[in-house]
Amino acid sequence: MKRTIALSINGKSHADEVEPRLLLIHYLREMASLTGPHIACETSTCGACTVMLDGKAVKSCTMFAVQADGRKILTIEGLATNGKLDPLQEAFWNEHGLQCGFCTPGMILTAKQLLNDNPNPTDEEIRKSIEGNLCRCTGYQHIVNAVKAAAAKAGA
Amino acid sequence: MIPQDFEYSAPASLKEALELIATGERKILAGGMSLIPLMKLRLAAPEHVVDLARVPGLDYITESGGTVSIGATVTHHDLESSPVIRGRAPLLAEAAGHIGDTQVRNMGTIGGSIAHADPAADYPASLLALEAQIRLVSAKSDRTVPASDFFLDAFTTAIEPGELVLEVLVPTEEPKEGYRYEKVAHPASGFAVVGVAARIKKAGAKISMARIGVTGMSSRAFRALEAEKLLESGAGVAQAAATVAEGQEANQDLYASADYRRHLARIWAARALSVALSRAS
Repeated sequence: MKRTIALSINGKSHADEVEPRLLLIHYLREMASLTGPHIACETSTCGACTVMLDGKAVKSCTMFAVQADGRKILTIEGLATNGKLDPLQEAFWNEHGLQCGFCTPGMILTAKQLLNDNPNPTDEEIRKSIEGNLCRCTGYQHIVNAVKAAAAKAGA
Repeated sequence: MIPQDFEYSAPASLKEALELIATGERKILAGGMSLIPLMKLRLAAPEHVVDLARVPGLDYITESGGTVSIGATVTHHDLESSPVIRGRAPLLAEAAGHIGDTQVRNMGTIGGSIAHADPAADYPASLLALEAQIRLVSAKSDRTVPASDFFLDAFTTAIEPGELVLEVLVPTEEPKEGYRYEKVAHPASGFAVVGVAARIKKAGAKISMARIGVTGMSSRAFRALEAEKLLESGAGVAQAAATVAEGQEANQDLYASADYRRHLARIWAARALSVALSRAS
């Protein structure tokens, strides 16, 4: 039986009828037309589908849309404010923290939580925090550099 | 990766939740970090899912009278970062930090994890070493079960039909006690191939109390009682750790044979005990 959910996505209110089994990633991509969160492994491993739920990074392939009823979702599309990129987005650009870019939305949103909780992380803390986000291009070094650069800029 | 259709309820009170699970085939959803992957693979296809997320007041961490009480829907991230847990049950905070990854720790709950009872889960080793109690409630009953009687077998616990995990009760660790959770993480899944939780109390130069919980090696987590006794009667870490796998059957899979798991349990017990000993004062 379908249920109506009402939630905030990137600051906008949404209300839709969904089947309980609809995964949040499918809701975001197919009903809310937000294709920033990506589908890759679909088994909670790769983190390409990462979004923020009430300020915490979560894998939207491992959550039902009904669980997001009444809550606040942030996708990569909502990170820039008034056309100005978030410092993490700037840093990924400047530090070349991506090659193909497929993992980048998830990487950035997981790193966002890290910097919220710990504004000055060590390399080791950065690597631990992005354990659940797989990149198959870069070897992670430039991603770590990008997160450090964003932290340094925020602290400057 | 679309689960089979199911009915979904999100009760707004504990009473309503307990009434819903009292009859029929019901599956409880907390963080969903175990249940949802199983449903996506259709290894689980519950007819009716009862989501605890809207039940108020199940995500508390409180301390009183030498016991830390942890509500069922407290997440691993909350446990890992809670000042109460870090101060009064630091072994559990250390174990919580080893679970999955950032996203999994944000969603996954202690109640859900222990109810699922994966033999490679991190919490059971620490809960055994801490001699924790698990409070189970149903519409008609309210009982508390020691961790040693809770984990019965792989994916099998003492939870009866109609019951749910309400809270985990952990006797507080003394500030002078040493503790350590050491884990060999599976390189792909992050689950414990073997995980060892150790606690040590000292009286002068002697060990007055040792507690060792082992997860991942067997179909259920267990206390290494023989090794604890040896340490408490003056044996060294190496001698005690050599006995932790004795008398226990061991799991095997493509990654690790039973003998290799026993070997890892001995080595990692020695490592965990050495750190715990060095932290004890």
